[in-house]
Amino acid sequence: MDREQELLTGNVIGDEAVLSIEELARACSAEARWVIELVGVGLLEPQGTEASRWRFRAADLICARRVARLQRDFGATVDAAAVMIDLLDEIEQLRACLKRVGLDVDEGPRWSV
Amino acid sequence: MEFKDYYKILGVERTATADDIKGAYRKLARKYHPDVSKESGAEARFKEIGEAYKVLHDPEKRAAYDQLGARWQPGQEFTPPPDWGAGFEFTRGTVSPEEAVEFSDFFSSLFGQFGRHAQSAQAPGEDHHAKIFIELEDAYTGATRGITLRAPQLDAQGRVVLRERTLNVQIPKGLREGQLIRLAGQGAAGIGGAAPGDLYLEVHFAPHSLYRVEGRDVFLTLPLAPWEAALGATVNTPTPTGAVEVKIPPGSQSGRKLRLKSRGIPGQPAGDLYLVLEVVLPPADTESAQRIYHTMARELAFNPRQALGV
Repeated sequence: MDREQELLTGNVIGDEAVLSIEELARACSAEARWVIELVGVGLLEPQGTEASRWRFRAADLICARRVARLQRDFGATVDAAAVMIDLLDEIEQLRACLKRVGLDVDEGPRWSV
Repeated sequence: MEFKDYYKILGVERTATADDIKGAYRKLARKYHPDVSKESGAEARFKEIGEAYKVLHDPEKRAAYDQLGARWQPGQEFTPPPDWGAGFEFTRGTVSPEEAVEFSDFFSSLFGQFGRHAQSAQAPGEDHHAKIFIELEDAYTGATRGITLRAPQLDAQGRVVLRERTLNVQIPKGLREGQLIRLAGQGAAGIGGAAPGDLYLEVHFAPHSLYRVEGRDVFLTLPLAPWEAALGATVNTPTPTGAVEVKIPPGSQSGRKLRLKSRGIPGQPAGDLYLVLEVVLPPADTESAQRIYHTMARELAFNPRQALGV
């Protein structure tokens, strides 16, 4: 088994928009025009006005890969995937809310009446 | 490796039509898809379902698989027979490296032969993706983590085999959930001498027994004795960088938040650490403890339900 002991230092991508449309498309094994479609329905919100100058954040890449999976596995259209993503985000926020007040859905309520 | 019964995994008969198979797959996908399901083990289950569907919805793969089916039982030790694949031509490519990572050794042994038609052309390697779970403390100090990835490679016969490789990755200080570490050139190898793809690591925090993280901010529930909360006190609290003393203001109630500025995840700007106070009652399990509670009941004119009008 080959173990690489060399220490790898990567670039951290966060809230700063750095990924170009080509980089985003490549990371999703998709075409640039699919990315344009996703921007068109508001799933991705790049900085910059023309597509050639668009820059995307980490959250855009994570979202785009999710859309790709939903399209592949459910045959969802981009619009349907957008609705799914909105609803999933809302569920996630509600779960975080529950967790904050100590009502973790996984553990059930801490008290009962 | 074990023989897998793809029909059983999708819950369909061997005589199922293409529509039956699609229907069964869609139903299971709704239940187990990692993007929409919170069932534990959903991800592993969905991989199995996806793999079964990949084979059964493709008429060529299904026919080839059916030839095997009669000879093997699920869970039985399996090696591809020497005549495997003879007489079948897998026109639709076979399996992409991305899929090979997700699918089982059983699948790869059957369908993992790369179509080598693209060999003459140059094409950059695909980008790969993986999740990395780091400790909250790593984000405070920076760290080095070894991560093990299964990556598809071609063996001498042109078959896809999964090799484990371990990468030593620098975890920079200030890393947050939802960020990506992009490791240039650590994705799939390029074809025909083209550049390799990149590896994107999606950062997650491993669940912590004490702390909860929201963006840059970190939350800790700090238990207090009633007298500490009522009278004010200086108490010790853990923080991800070590214990510190904090001043509890008098008259603090449960749920009150104390903000320790810039003691959240480091960065520009750094996050804050919030101490969520929680008053804990000492048990009244000895005579003297009961006496103290009785004294309080007698001496303090306190009605916690005043606001309820009773």
